[in-house]
Amino acid sequence: MNLEELKKSMIEKLNNIEQLQTSDEKNLANEDLKEEVVKQLDKLNSIKNDFILKLNEVSNMKEINDIRIEFLGKKGPITELYSLIGSFDNEQKKQFGKLINNFKSTTTNVIEQFIKYFKEEEINQKLASEQIDISLPATKVSVGVPHVLEKLIEEIEEIFISMGYDVVDGPEVEKDLYNFEMLNIPKGHPARDAQDTFYIEGEEILLRSQTSPVQVRTMLKSLGKEPIRMICPGKTYRRDDDDATHSHQFVQIEGLLVDKDISLSDLKGTIDNVVKKLFSEDIKTRFRPSYYQFTEPSVEVDISCFNCKGKGCNICKNTGWITIAGAGIVHPNVLSMSGYDPKVWSGFAFGFGAERMAMLKYDINDLRVFYNTDLREIKIFDRKELNNND
Amino acid sequence: MISLEWVKDYIDISDEDLYELAVKITETGINVEKVITNKIDNLVVGKVIKCIPHPDSDHLKICQVDIKSEVLQIVCGAPNVKEGIKVIVALPGAVLPGNFSIKSSKIRGIESNGMICALFELGLEEKTDENYAKGIEILGDNAVIGSDPLVYLGIEDTIYELDIHKHRNNDCYYHIGFAYEIAAVLNKKVKLPDLSYNESEDNVNNYFKLEVKTDKCPYYLAKMVTNVEIKESPDFIKKRLLSVGMRPINNVVDISNYVMLEYGQPLHFFDKDTLGDKILVRDAKNEEKIVTLDGKERMLKDSDIVITDGEKPVCIAGVMGGQNTEVIETTKNILIESAIFDSVSIRYTASRLNLKSEASIRYGKGLSYEYTNMAINRACHLLEKYANATILSGIVSHDKIDKQPKTVEFYPIDVDKMLGIKIDEKDMKRELERLDFPYTIDNGKFIVTIPNRRLDIDSNINDIAEEIGRLYGYQKIVSTQPNVSIRCGKYVGDVKYRKEISKRLRSLGLNEVKTYTLISPSMSDIFDYEEKENIHLPNPMSVDKSIIRTSLLPSLLNVYNYNKTRKVNDINIYEIAKIYDKNYVEESKIAFLMSGKYIFNSWKESINVDFYLIKGIVENILDYLGFKNRYSFIKSDVKDLHPGISADILLDHNRIGILGRIHPKICKDEVFVCEISLNSLMSKVKPIKYKELSKYPSINKDVSFIVDKDITSEQIEKVIKSSGGRLLTNVEVFDVYVGNNLKENQKSIAYSLTFNDPNRTLNEKEIMILFNKIIKEVETKLNAELRDK
Repeated sequence: MNLEELKKSMIEKLNNIEQLQTSDEKNLANEDLKEEVVKQLDKLNSIKNDFILKLNEVSNMKEINDIRIEFLGKKGPITELYSLIGSFDNEQKKQFGKLINNFKSTTTNVIEQFIKYFKEEEINQKLASEQIDISLPATKVSVGVPHVLEKLIEEIEEIFISMGYDVVDGPEVEKDLYNFEMLNIPKGHPARDAQDTFYIEGEEILLRSQTSPVQVRTMLKSLGKEPIRMICPGKTYRRDDDDATHSHQFVQIEGLLVDKDISLSDLKGTIDNVVKKLFSEDIKTRFRPSYYQFTEPSVEVDISCFNCKGKGCNICKNTGWITIAGAGIVHPNVLSMSGYDPKVWSGFAFGFGAERMAMLKYDINDLRVFYNTDLREIKIFDRKELNNND
Repeated sequence: MISLEWVKDYIDISDEDLYELAVKITETGINVEKVITNKIDNLVVGKVIKCIPHPDSDHLKICQVDIKSEVLQIVCGAPNVKEGIKVIVALPGAVLPGNFSIKSSKIRGIESNGMICALFELGLEEKTDENYAKGIEILGDNAVIGSDPLVYLGIEDTIYELDIHKHRNNDCYYHIGFAYEIAAVLNKKVKLPDLSYNESEDNVNNYFKLEVKTDKCPYYLAKMVTNVEIKESPDFIKKRLLSVGMRPINNVVDISNYVMLEYGQPLHFFDKDTLGDKILVRDAKNEEKIVTLDGKERMLKDSDIVITDGEKPVCIAGVMGGQNTEVIETTKNILIESAIFDSVSIRYTASRLNLKSEASIRYGKGLSYEYTNMAINRACHLLEKYANATILSGIVSHDKIDKQPKTVEFYPIDVDKMLGIKIDEKDMKRELERLDFPYTIDNGKFIVTIPNRRLDIDSNINDIAEEIGRLYGYQKIVSTQPNVSIRCGKYVGDVKYRKEISKRLRSLGLNEVKTYTLISPSMSDIFDYEEKENIHLPNPMSVDKSIIRTSLLPSLLNVYNYNKTRKVNDINIYEIAKIYDKNYVEESKIAFLMSGKYIFNSWKESINVDFYLIKGIVENILDYLGFKNRYSFIKSDVKDLHPGISADILLDHNRIGILGRIHPKICKDEVFVCEISLNSLMSKVKPIKYKELSKYPSINKDVSFIVDKDITSEQIEKVIKSSGGRLLTNVEVFDVYVGNNLKENQKSIAYSLTFNDPNRTLNEKEIMILFNKIIKEVETKLNAELRDK
C-alpha cells in the first residue's frame, strides 16, 4: 500500500466515525444545553476536518509526529473537548464522552498506522541502499577431501560393518611367518614368485606383500574359539616399477569370515551384497576357478560391467565382465595352522585391490594419480553419491 | 607357451575352434592370457631371379623376384641375398609384428615393391645381433613359389600363452599335462607318445656306478646311449621348438628340450667319455667351484646340490651343467640323467646364481616320478630314431621316492556343503571321469586316487571339491547369505582413532593424501627430529625408495612441492600412516602441512595460514578427543623447523608431537607443519557430562600488562589463574601490542577476565579486591607493570 492509498483509507475511516445526531430528542432533552451541544459537535467536526486536511498533506515521519503532538498532545484540541463536557447532564456526558473516546482512539490508530508506514518506508529505503552484487564470487568455505582410495575404502567398510564385520589393522613390517608360511606358502614355494617381496631382514622380516597376514593374526588372536568376521584395508608392497598399471605400494582390502558350514555360495552372496551397494543393484557376480595357496577352492570374482551392462566397452575390454577380487574357501591347512580345527570350522577369504576398484569406479587410467596428489584433481571427490545406489 | 599343433599329438582337437577352446580352458581355471596365431597376410614364397648392386649404395641390391603372379622389383640390404634362392617376400599391404606395414616406396631413388624377410622380422626369432647378421631366411628348393611361406616352414600354429603366476603346479606348462587339462574340459582321452626302442646287450651298469649322498635327491635315473650322430634336428622338432620360442641347436640338445616340453621333466645329457665311470650326487661344499656351460665360473654353497664324477662337480643339479662334460659336436656316447631334486634347494640355488632357466623353474615347481621315468624312455626313443643312437640295456637308479598314491575319501554331501550347491552323484562321477581320476564307491563314500601328475592336489575335501566344482561349472553356484549370528561390526583399535581424526581433519578443511612409505636418503635426513634410526632395505629397487620413513613430513613436503610447481598455492593436506624404526617398532602418525590461504576469497580479505591457525587445528583435534586442559604447547627448537616459530605439543606433560614453520633453509615459503603420534592419543578420557550454565551474572574486568618480551602469555595466564582462584572462570587475550610508547624489549598483553559464582550474585566490591590482588601478583611475579594506569 502506498502513501496515497493509506491516506485514502484512513480518511475514509475517519469519515465513518459514528456521529451524534443533534436531532435526537433523547439526547437533547435539556433544551438549555442544546445549543452548547451543537457547538461542541461542530467543534469536533471541525477538529476532524482539520485533522483530515493535515493528514492529506503529510509526507514523512516528522510531519506525522507533529500532527500527533498537535492533536493528541496534552493541550491539543481533543483533550480540550473533554474539559468542555463538564456542564452536560449524565446521559449527555455518557453519549458525548463515548463520541470523543471513539474519535480519539480512531485518530490515535490512524496516526499509528502512519507511523508504522513511515517506519517501514525508512527501513525499505535503508535496505534499498544496501543492495549487493550477488554474482560476485563466494568466499570459499572448504572442507577437506578424502583421498580417492580412502573414499572407496570407507564405502566398502560401511557395507561390511553393516554385515557384522570388524575393520581391523595389521603391521606393514611383517614376519615372513604370517605373510607366507602360515598362509600355506612355505619358504622356497613357487607361489612366492608372483609376489616379489621387499625383504628387510634375511627371509624373516619383510614389507607385507599382501594383507592376508592379518587373517592369520586375527585367527591367532581368537584362539580357535570365536567365529570371525573382519576386513582389513591396508598398504602392501611389491617389487614393481611404478608406471601407469604398476605400483610398488598399493592397497588391498582383505576379508575373512570363519564360522560353521560356510560355502562358496555364501561367499558369492556376500560379494553380491558389496558390489550391488558399491556399483548398482543390477550388477551380477560370476566366479571363475583360480589358484591361491591359502584358499581352496579358489576363485576370481568378476562382476558384470557397470558401465555397459554387459554389452561390451573399454572398461570391460569388450567382455562384459570385470575382475575385481580373488577369493575362496579358507584352506584347511591355514585354519589348522592358526588354531582352528578344519573339521569344526570353515570360512571364506577375499581380497579386493583398492586401486583397481577406484580406477574402475572413477575411470582413472594411471595408478600414479593416487600417490602424486595433485590438489586440483581431488576436489571432484568431495562429493557423496547418494542417488546412485539403493 | 603351449603349441596347439603339438598338443594334437596327444589329443584330438582337430574339430575345435582354438579361440573358443581357450575361453573354455580359462573358464575352468587355467588362464590362457593370450592366443597367438603365426599368421601373416600377404606373405609369399618368391625366387630371386636377378640381383644387381644398387648404383647409389655399397650394400643395397636390386632384386627381381618371381612370386608366380608377377615379377617384383625389391631393394634388399641383406648380405646373403643372391640370384637363384627362394625367399620369404612380404608384399605391400603386409603388416609384420611390431605393426610394421609394408608399402611400395623408393629406396635411394630405386622403386621397391615389398621386402625380403628374415625370421626375426616375422617374429619367429628374437631380434638379436646374431640373427640380424644372418640376414634373410633362405628357403629350401622344394618351397613352392607363390605359396604361403609359413605353411612351408610348418610354423602356422596357434600358441596359448598361460599366466605363469597362477599357482597350480607345473602340470599345465608342458604339452602332455596341458593335454590332460583339455581332455578334462572336452571330456576326451589322452594318448601318450611312443616310448619304445631297442636295447643292446651291453648294460649301463657295466659302465657306471651311481651313488647318492644327499637326501635332496630322492629319485635319480640314468641311461646310456652310444654312437650318437650329432646333426640338425628333423623339421618337426625344429618347428615345434621354434613355435614355443626355443632355438633349435642340434638333434641331441633339441631332443632333451623336446622331451622337457612334452613331459615337464628336464633332462641332462653328459658326454660319457669326459664324465668317466662314476656319478656321485651330493651336497656341494662351500666355495667349491664349477665352470658352467656358459663358460662362467660359479662358486657353490653347501646348500646346493651337485652331480660329480666322484671327485669334481660336473653339473649344478637342476640348474646348469658343467663345461667339462658338455655334449659337443664330436660327442659319441651320452649319459642321460632324469631325476628329481629338492625343489626348494633348486629354487634357492638358481636364484642365488641368477640362473633361472626353463629347467630350473620346472625342478623348482616339483616333478612327478612317473614322468621322470617316461621322459628318459622317450629320450631314448627319439635318440634312437633321430640320432641313430644305440641304447644300452639297464638303468642306473636311485629311488627313495614315496610311490604310495594319494587318495581322498568323501561323501557327496561334503562337496555340496563346501560349494553350497547340490550336485547329483552321477555328475560327480562324470567330473571325476573327465579328470581321469580313478575312484571307487563304498557305501556312498567316494574313494578317489589322485594321479601322480597332479602334485597340486592334497588329500582333502577342499581340493577335490575344487576339481569337481570347476568342471561342473562355477557359474552354477548360487548366492546365499552365510548362516551366522547377528553381530555389530565396528572399527577396532587404532583404526577407530584414525577414522575419527581423519573425519575431523577433513571437516577442518584439510585434504587427505597418501604417499609412499619408502623414501630416499635425502628425505630421511629431514624432519628426523625424533632421532629414530631408519630401516634401510637391503635390496631396494632404487635409492629413491630404499628407506622406511620415520616421519610423514618429508613426504608431505614433497606433495607441497609437487603442487607448488603446478601453481597451486593454498595447500592444506594431511596424512595418517604408520612409521617403523630400526627395531620394527610401529607407530601411527598424524601429520599435516598448511600453507597459503585457509579461507579464500578472490576479491576481498582471505584468512591466511599462520602458526596460530595450525595451533588452532591442533587444539580442535585434542579438544575433540576429550583432552581439554590436559595439553600444552612449549616453545622448542625442533630440528628443521624455524627456531623462533616451533613448539612441542605436550599431553599430560609428555611430548606427543611438534608444530611450527618449516625452516627457511628447507623451504623458503611460509609453510607450517605438525606431526602428532596417534598412539599417544589413545589414552582414556572422561565421559561427556552436561554442565548447567551459572544462573548468576558474571562480572568482566579488563587489564593490560606491560612485560618483558621474553615473558610468554602462558606465564602471565598462569599467574592470573592461580591468584584468581575459583571465582575466575575465564581468561582471554584480547590485544597484543609492541611499538610506540613501549620500550624496545617490551610488549603489552591485554586480558579480559570473567568472574562468576554458580551459587550467588557476586558483588562489585569483592571482585575489585580480587582483581587488584591478581594485578599485584602479576606485577611482582613477572615484573610487569599495569598499562594505562
